[in-house]
Amino acid sequence: MINAILVFNNHGKPRLVRFYQHLAEEVQQQIIRDTFHLVLKRDDHICNFLECGSLFGGSDYKLIYRHYATLYFVFCVDSSESELGILDLIQVFVETLDKCFENVCELDLIFHMDKEMVIGGMVLETNMNEIVAQVEAQGKLEKAEGGLSAAPSRAVSAVKNINLPEIPRNINIGDINIKVPNLSQFM
Amino acid sequence: MALKMVKGSIDRMFDKNLQDLVRGIRNHKEDEAKYISQCIDEIKQELKQDNIAVKANAVCKLTYLQMLGYDISWAAFNIIEVMSASKFTFKRIGYLAASQCFHEGTDVIMLTTNQIRKDLSSPNQYDTGVALTGLSCFVTPDLARDLANDIMTLMSHTKPYIRKKAVLIMYKVFLKYPESLRPAFPRLKEKLEDPDPGVQSAAVNVICELARRNPKNYLSLAPLFFKLMTSSTNNWVLIKIIKLFGALTPLEPRLGKKLIEPLTNLIHSTSAMSLLYECVNTVIAVLISLSSGMPNHSASIQLCVQKLRILIEDSDQNLKYLGLLAMSKILKTHPKSVQSHKDLILQCLDDKDESIRLRALDLLYGMVSKKNLMEIVKKLMIHVDKAEGTTYRDELLTKIIDICSQSNYQYITNFEWYISILVELTRLEGTRHGHLIAAQMLDVAIRVKAIRRFAVSQMATLLDNAHLIASNAQRNGICEVLYAAAWICGEFSEHLEEANQTLEAMLRPKVTTLPGHIQAVYVQNMVKLYASILQQKEQAGEKEAAQEITQLMIERLPQFVQSADLEVQERASCILQLIKYIQKLQIKEVPVAEEVIALFAGELNPVAPKAQKKVPVPEGLDLDAWINEPPSDSESEDEKPKTIFHEEEQRHSRHRQPEIDEEELARRREARKQEQANNPFYIKSSPSPQKRYQDTPGVEHIPVVQIDLSVPLKVPGMPMSDQYVKLEEERRHKQKLEKDKKKKKQKKEKRGKHHRHNSLHTESEEDIAPAHHVDIITEEMPENALPSDEDDKDPNDPYKALDIDLDKPLADSEKLPVQRHRNVETLKSPDSEAPLVEKKIKKPKKKEKKHKDKERDKGKKKEKEKKVVEEEEEKEKKGEDLDFWLSTAPAPAPTPQPQSEPGMDTAVVAESQEVKKEVREEQDEEEEDEGRKSSKHKKKKHKKEKEEKSKDKKKSKKKSHHSEEEPPESVQNGTLEDEPLPPMSSYCLLAENPYIKMTYDIQGNLQNDSQVTVSIIFENKSTSFLKSMELNVLDSLNTKMLRPEGSSVHDGIPVPFQLPPGISNEAQFVFTLQSIVMAQKLKGTLSFIVKNDEGSTHEKLDFKLHFSCASYLITTPCYSDAFAKLLESGDLHMSSIKVDGISISFQHLLAKICFHHHFSVVERVDSCASMYSRSIQGHHVCLLVKKGENSVSIDGKCNDSTLLSNLLDEMKETLSKC
Repeated sequence: MINAILVFNNHGKPRLVRFYQHLAEEVQQQIIRDTFHLVLKRDDHICNFLECGSLFGGSDYKLIYRHYATLYFVFCVDSSESELGILDLIQVFVETLDKCFENVCELDLIFHMDKEMVIGGMVLETNMNEIVAQVEAQGKLEKAEGGLSAAPSRAVSAVKNINLPEIPRNINIGDINIKVPNLSQFM
Repeated sequence: MALKMVKGSIDRMFDKNLQDLVRGIRNHKEDEAKYISQCIDEIKQELKQDNIAVKANAVCKLTYLQMLGYDISWAAFNIIEVMSASKFTFKRIGYLAASQCFHEGTDVIMLTTNQIRKDLSSPNQYDTGVALTGLSCFVTPDLARDLANDIMTLMSHTKPYIRKKAVLIMYKVFLKYPESLRPAFPRLKEKLEDPDPGVQSAAVNVICELARRNPKNYLSLAPLFFKLMTSSTNNWVLIKIIKLFGALTPLEPRLGKKLIEPLTNLIHSTSAMSLLYECVNTVIAVLISLSSGMPNHSASIQLCVQKLRILIEDSDQNLKYLGLLAMSKILKTHPKSVQSHKDLILQCLDDKDESIRLRALDLLYGMVSKKNLMEIVKKLMIHVDKAEGTTYRDELLTKIIDICSQSNYQYITNFEWYISILVELTRLEGTRHGHLIAAQMLDVAIRVKAIRRFAVSQMATLLDNAHLIASNAQRNGICEVLYAAAWICGEFSEHLEEANQTLEAMLRPKVTTLPGHIQAVYVQNMVKLYASILQQKEQAGEKEAAQEITQLMIERLPQFVQSADLEVQERASCILQLIKYIQKLQIKEVPVAEEVIALFAGELNPVAPKAQKKVPVPEGLDLDAWINEPPSDSESEDEKPKTIFHEEEQRHSRHRQPEIDEEELARRREARKQEQANNPFYIKSSPSPQKRYQDTPGVEHIPVVQIDLSVPLKVPGMPMSDQYVKLEEERRHKQKLEKDKKKKKQKKEKRGKHHRHNSLHTESEEDIAPAHHVDIITEEMPENALPSDEDDKDPNDPYKALDIDLDKPLADSEKLPVQRHRNVETLKSPDSEAPLVEKKIKKPKKKEKKHKDKERDKGKKKEKEKKVVEEEEEKEKKGEDLDFWLSTAPAPAPTPQPQSEPGMDTAVVAESQEVKKEVREEQDEEEEDEGRKSSKHKKKKHKKEKEEKSKDKKKSKKKSHHSEEEPPESVQNGTLEDEPLPPMSSYCLLAENPYIKMTYDIQGNLQNDSQVTVSIIFENKSTSFLKSMELNVLDSLNTKMLRPEGSSVHDGIPVPFQLPPGISNEAQFVFTLQSIVMAQKLKGTLSFIVKNDEGSTHEKLDFKLHFSCASYLITTPCYSDAFAKLLESGDLHMSSIKVDGISISFQHLLAKICFHHHFSVVERVDSCASMYSRSIQGHHVCLLVKKGENSVSIDGKCNDSTLLSNLLDEMKETLSKC
């Protein structure tokens, strides 16, 4: 089971927070802070697993994270998940975000994107094309309904105007070479 | 009014949307909280509007704020409003907000039930999807109960997108509403074979999650998962299944045996590291579960260790980490295989990644042996020095202590070395673990008597140098060691050489800066020291010196009396008065030492932490019973209140202190003292026998190697422990030389018997004798200590409720509740199954039934039997099915297998296969050499294991040949305790060609009167890869092969595996029969593809499958009285045979009949035995076997005369071969 998905930036500001078990807001924020401090200490060339039993109150839990440019993607999982599998899943997640980033409002995407991939802590879909297709179909549906607000372009530009440092293009996870997506539109 | 609305909507145009909010927060970095509270006020206004779009926008913003840590539960009702909007855009926002903030405590959640149900059955798949996703986050027990049926329906939705979501959400429903598990399970199981891979993956996911919590209930799914594992190509699914198998194998070692091969194949073939890693993990789990039964899996272990080494050597830190993690699992059961990679693990200690270093440390913990402990600890000490100022250093410190102290100091051969390591560790500044070191010092000094003298000398030095340790006492955790040092010097002061000096050290003014609890120990122990000095001086007649020391105490103690710490103050003032009194006596020249020393007589032994818990309640003691008579009725004056009072009294009696008068108390005290005096486990004030024992000639009676106390505490340039390492090496070397000398002598005597062994001599564990005899005093436990009680599982475990037997058929009462609402929407479901609610529930039941029918189409009469019986049967059958799938050899009936062989039960398959090979391998065996193990490559090794096994067997065979002449004894059921029997195999050759060899065995199925199972072992004899094997037979009227549904009678059945060179595997085929009274033969063909470097060719092998009558019999035990009744009943036909020229013993003869013809012995008297068996169609077969000289006669009785005569003919053939 996946216990939580956390996405936050290099300053620890949450970008996506999803807990699959109910926790009070203060506890959630505390966990985000603790997690942030844990991963911040680790430089990019050490392993992506962290044992953090105390953080979630279960001995079984592990943090599996990846750091892309300015964002940390952290999955908290228990022993039933394969560590390398989750790493690949994060990759799929990031690539999906990358693919879907056109003409759709960023926050909306972050909010809904994970739902096509993980549901109630269990992995729903790992095929990126399928995820993208479902997200886009829902986006279209919303568009057809007229959307929520009339001025999405203004908002997107508001979040786009942030300079990103150069991103490493190739990261080797296990046996597969993955192109690190361009995240410049994102964040 | 209209104007107002228009005005309202114009206002709304200036509302912030989410993007504005985000930007606003970014622009208000300094006063973020203020800005947000302002926004929340605006949102509250917006929520009051009637316009749903405005509300949705507000809720959307709230969701973002929730993510930032703001509580939005106050808007729960508005969220529900947005959820129920008709537009998908709004609905989606509503559900998102709900999934972020709703939980079981949200009270308005009960209002959502109908809305959710409506959305679930919406014609728009995304409405359904969004509802399902939301539900997965906030499902409550009530929602689960009310919606379980709707979700279950969605599991069969036409769109895979909905199906897979529904399947996953079912897991959440099960958790909240466990009653739904059984009714929903059949459909969930169905989804394992869903055409859509996503749905399949979801079902695997859910079942894996369920099975992980309660694995035993899911064992029966193992064959299905096995099939998925061998057929699926989705790595994600494979990983899940393989992980699940890892959880199941501990429950069923036979499963592990089946898994090893496909997993090994996967390990060899896969390129995905994640899959490889999980395979290795599960193989490890299998090996752990098998380790008790089958010791011969070194090839698999080697493979795992090799692959893990590759992972650890990889430059990817993740793989390195996981490699180490998995390695530590192997370590637990196969430490030797890991120990050979010590170099690699030690390298990892230098890694820049702390997690990897910690993993490596964990591994080292398990890798130490007597031989390498000192070396490893030395390396760790170097790292301790390097790691100055990090928390990692503390971790190292605890690890060093853990490593050394594990399993009761098992690996420490030299405690002087250990004490000096501890002393070295005290030099670490700023560590938090001073108390750990202190505890170790105390523990070692108390429990290892022989080390006390040395320990005391070291501790005295520590006390002397206390200023070094306690430079900034309050902040420094390391000063805790002074606690231990003071106690050890005080308690074992008899070993102290310069007691005066130590006492002075303890009385230094600086001591008062130490923490209170340490000072308290100082004060207490300086009296012990004082007492022993006093005694010493008095014995030597140095009265003045004795008075001087008293004077010193009186002068220095007041500094402690003034202490702010109460404990120190109290002890000090008490002791000061005592010593003043002693001084008075000393002035009167009264000898006091004896009396003072008596204060501290007796030895304190460690008591096991669980000792108190384990004191058994003495027999006949009822702790709940009244100690005194309850107040009698007569004491009370009033009749009516009395009864009331009395009742009350009884209810509260346990808490009430019985009133006891003084006399009674005194009497009891006396009695208790008496009891304690007689109780050896009560620590008494008088010196214990143990102490006295020790007081007499001191510790000299313990064989102590002379300790070189001249080794100074600090050697410039070299830590002291290194000195001990050196000394120890020298000692071991000497020991070894001596041993070698002895061995050489032995060698001369024995003449070259062991020459290879000796020349390759390596120090083994046993060779290292401890430096001195160490008697570790074990912790005291009460007599008759109760066996340790397992920790009970947490009763609040939410998964416990899901511990449900899933194989039992559904009862009528087990339905998912269906709400019959007037609400029409429930019926407007898009998929065909929804409309008839009743039908839906019956469906799984029907399936179950269908399943049943299929399995026994003939036994229609039986269906009329009582339901209860049926259920029982069904359950049994399921269990048997699994057994059947797992057992690849004859059922472990009371067959005459030699009892002496270890690991028999689990090794049945391997054996039966190996027996066949025995002859072929015999030649190789001559050349077999035990020393060549490691250099052989894998395949050969595999073979060798088998050979070793068959060797054992051969031994037993030989033995049994010798024992033939022994007089037979009365035996039950053909089991012979004292006479090993030759191994037998029921597998006989089916066909053979240069590529492949098939052997087979036929087993009847007790649960199905018209089916037998043919197990065929396929052995690849070639050096090519065999694949696409397909087996086909030509059905006869009577006997037909059971083919999968939808295939024609001419189709072959694919063999579910491929065979790499030299590998054999077993497959099972089910045949249906009508009549079983006659033996029959079926012609068949195996077609397969041979693939090697030159290409691949199609090959065929014809065979004849012989169904003997014996294969329809099932070994069934029978009691002698039932047997007699059966014979008397007179419904049985009779027939008999006689076979001449029998030379084997009667026991063996019976064993053969039992084994090959599936009989069991009912009774045996001398050379006469009655036997019984039953056919799958219920025929009773009774035999009376008599042995004459060189001949055997068998009289048989059976319901069917043809069956009987055929059986006897077969038996005749078997016997004539003897």
